[in-house]
Amino acid sequence: MAENNRAVLKLKEKFAASILDVVEFRGEVTVTVAKDAIIDILSFLKLSLQYNQLTDLTAVDYLNKKTDRFMVVYQLLSIPNKDRLRIKTAVTESDCRIPTATQVWSTANWLEREVFDLFGIVFENHPDLRRILMTEDWVGYPLRKDYPLQGPDREPYKGRLS
Amino acid sequence: MATTETMTLNMGPQHPSTHGVLRLVLELDGEVIVKVTPHIGFLHRGVEKLSEHRTYHQILPLTDRLDYLAPMSNNLGYILAVEKLMGVGVPERAETIRIIMAELTRLESHLVWIACHALDIGAMTVFIYAFRERETVMEIYELISGARMTSNFFRVGGLSQDVPDEFVKKVGDFIDSMPGYLDQYEGLLTTNPIWLKRTIGNGVISAEDAIDIGITGPALRGSGVDWDLRRDHSYAGYDKYDFKVPVGEKCDTFDRYKVRLIEMRESCKIVRQALDRLKPGPVLTDSPQVCYPPKENVYNSIEGLIHHFKIASEGFAAPEGEVYQGVEAPKGELGFYIVSDGGNKPERLRIRPPSFVNLQAIEQMSVGSMIADLVAVIGTLDIVLGEIDR
Repeated sequence: MAENNRAVLKLKEKFAASILDVVEFRGEVTVTVAKDAIIDILSFLKLSLQYNQLTDLTAVDYLNKKTDRFMVVYQLLSIPNKDRLRIKTAVTESDCRIPTATQVWSTANWLEREVFDLFGIVFENHPDLRRILMTEDWVGYPLRKDYPLQGPDREPYKGRLS
Repeated sequence: MATTETMTLNMGPQHPSTHGVLRLVLELDGEVIVKVTPHIGFLHRGVEKLSEHRTYHQILPLTDRLDYLAPMSNNLGYILAVEKLMGVGVPERAETIRIIMAELTRLESHLVWIACHALDIGAMTVFIYAFRERETVMEIYELISGARMTSNFFRVGGLSQDVPDEFVKKVGDFIDSMPGYLDQYEGLLTTNPIWLKRTIGNGVISAEDAIDIGITGPALRGSGVDWDLRRDHSYAGYDKYDFKVPVGEKCDTFDRYKVRLIEMRESCKIVRQALDRLKPGPVLTDSPQVCYPPKENVYNSIEGLIHHFKIASEGFAAPEGEVYQGVEAPKGELGFYIVSDGGNKPERLRIRPPSFVNLQAIEQMSVGSMIADLVAVIGTLDIVLGEIDR
C-alpha cells in the first residue's frame, strides 16, 4: 500500500506540511507535494533515500479541469533499491514558474528546457533556459491544450475523418 | 604579443556522421573541442500532441516512427503502458512472440549501430556485413507484419495476427548463424589496431556522472553500472528467461562496444529459449471491451463487424489514472507515461526517449578531444533523431 511505502513514510515524517496527496494506482506510487518545498524534497529523496536517477521530467496541462492549470511530474528511479517514485507539483497559470532541479540531477537541464519550450513553464535559475525542439523565434507553447493541433494559423482540428 | 582565438564551426544537420539531422555548433581551439552545443528539433513532428487527439489503438502506428531503427521496441513499450492502464494481460503465445520480436529488434538496432559506428571511424567492411544480417531481420518483420520498418504489429491484449508457419524456422536459422557473424565482426574490429586507437580512452564518463546525467541502456552498462530493466524491473515476462547482463569497466567507447556485442549474443540466447517454449494457442486475450475481434468473426457475422467498427473508430475508455512503463529498448530506457481522464483518448502521453537524455552527455564526453573523436562519441551514444525530436 502507498501509505506503507518506505519513501512515503520518510517524506511524511520530514515534510508533513508539504505532502498534499499520496495515490497508488497499478502498483505505482504518486506523491503530490507543495511547490515551495519541491527542491528540498527532491534533494532529500536523492541524498537520503537513494533515488539517484531522474528518469523523466514532464508536465501535464489540465486546462478547465483543475484549478491549478499545470502539473509538473518527476519520475524518480533508485538503482540501488530497484524502486520508482513519482513526484508531482502544481503550477498555476498566473505564476507559471518553478525552481529548477538542475542542481539536484544534471539530467533536468534538457528535460526542463523541453517543458519550457512546449508548455511555457519557466524554471527559475536554470543555467540555459532556451527553446530546444521548436525554433528560437517560435510564438506559443505547442503542448498547451489551447494551442491548435494544426498550428496557429490553421482551421481548428475537428476530429479525424469528420 | 600574439593572441589565439577560438573558432566556431558548424557541423550538421546534413553531415554523414551525425546519424540524421543533428546539428552541433563546435567551439574549437585548433582541432581541440572547447564547447559543443547541440541543436535538435529538425524532425519534430509533435507525436505527443497528436496522441492527445487519437484513440489508444490509433496512437500505435505513431510509435513506430520514433526510433525507426527499433520499431517493435517502441510498440512494446507503448502497448505495455496501455495494458498496465487497462489492467489486461496477454496469452502466453503472444508474450513469447513479443519477446522474440523485441530481441530481434535489439539485434537489428545494434547491427545498424555497429555498421554506422564502424563506418564513421574508418572500418568500412563491417558496414556491408552488418547490413547483410539486418536484411534478414527486415525479412522477418515483413513476414509477420507486412512492413519492413513500420511494423504496427502488437495490439492491446496481444498481437494483430498469429505468425506464419515458416516464422520459427526462419528465426531459428538466423539465430543459429548470428554468433558466427558476430565472430566475423569481432575478427574485423576487436584486435584491429586502428579500431583500438580510436575507441580506447575515448568518450570516458564515470558511473556517477552517467547516472547523474541520466544515461541508460548499454551506454550506462559500459560505465560499469549493473542495471538492466529486463532483469531489474522485469516486464513482458522477461523474468522467465535466463540471460546475462554485460558490464564494462573502463567507461570508454571500447567498453561500450564490447557490452553491445555481448548483448547481441545474449539476445540470441533469449530468442532461442523463446522459440523452444513457443506453443500453439491464441495470440489475443479474450477481452472484448478492449481487443479487436478475430477476423473470421468480422467477415462472417454482423456482430463481429459492429464490434470491429466500435473498437476501430471509438476505441475504448481507459480508467482514470496515470501509469509509467519503462522498457529496455536497444538504446536505453524508453518510457511511456500515460495520464488518462477516463476517456477514450489519453489526456497526456509523454514519451521518455533514451537518445534524448543520452545525447545530453555529448558535451561532457567530448570536450578536450579532437573533432574526429566527437564522431566516435556520437556513434557510441547510438542516437536516433526520430525519437529525440519526436
